[in-house]
Amino acid sequence: MNEPIEKVSIIISKGSLEGVYPGLIMANGARAEGIEANLFFTFFGMEAILKNRQSHIKVATVGNPGLHMASVVGALPGMSALATHMMEQKMDKLDIPSIPEFVEMISDTGCGIYACQASVDLFGLKKDGFIEQVQDIITVGEFYAKAAGGEIIFT
Amino acid sequence: MTTTTLAGIDVELNDEGFLVEPSQWTEAMAVDLARKEGIDPLTDEHWKVVHFMRSEYLAKGSGPSVRVLGKTSGVTIKELYQLFPKGPAKTAAKIAGIPKPKGCI
Repeated sequence: MNEPIEKVSIIISKGSLEGVYPGLIMANGARAEGIEANLFFTFFGMEAILKNRQSHIKVATVGNPGLHMASVVGALPGMSALATHMMEQKMDKLDIPSIPEFVEMISDTGCGIYACQASVDLFGLKKDGFIEQVQDIITVGEFYAKAAGGEIIFT
Repeated sequence: MTTTTLAGIDVELNDEGFLVEPSQWTEAMAVDLARKEGIDPLTDEHWKVVHFMRSEYLAKGSGPSVRVLGKTSGVTIKELYQLFPKGPAKTAAKIAGIPKPKGCI
């Protein structure tokens, strides 16, 4: 038998629907297995923890070959909204929570929720723009300290 | 797979410590199983979750995932993780003598 994983720190760096969910599922799944977890949101990943943005995260329909939709079609007005709507309906049927509900739930499981200091500076953000579940804005060095002794997953 | 004695009865546990034969389960076994998970004593709140897990399994063929547990058991996610720090659905299922619930959310 292998040694069980005891801690995992997950970085979410992308701002599309399909870029945010994998990290959230990994964090929630870790907590459900009793694994200590941290979530670190950086660059466009911060959309998922901003009060005025987290309900508006979309599926990328341009340059997304996995979607099986030509980019010229994906670039048409409304396509991203349509793809997002269809995805959200399917997720709802499977009882997959929306991003705001999911982040709140993950925070309730005791997962650490952090924003990246460098990205906050870059985008000129303020602490009060974040949802209340964000515990702190930390530097990459502080992230490494929190991640010490565990696995790091970059998404 | 290991054979062990819980509450005076010989049972088989799988590699993760779950009861192979859910029908063998008794409430007295739950106390032993909980102790193995570091939960001692089992409070009324613990029992509420354990009973809920078992009745869902018997009714639906599978115990609920954490999300469903939080939504339908009457116990919040925060409370669930306080009661069962190592993962509420997984731990409560083990104590309730039912298989580990499948599902990613």
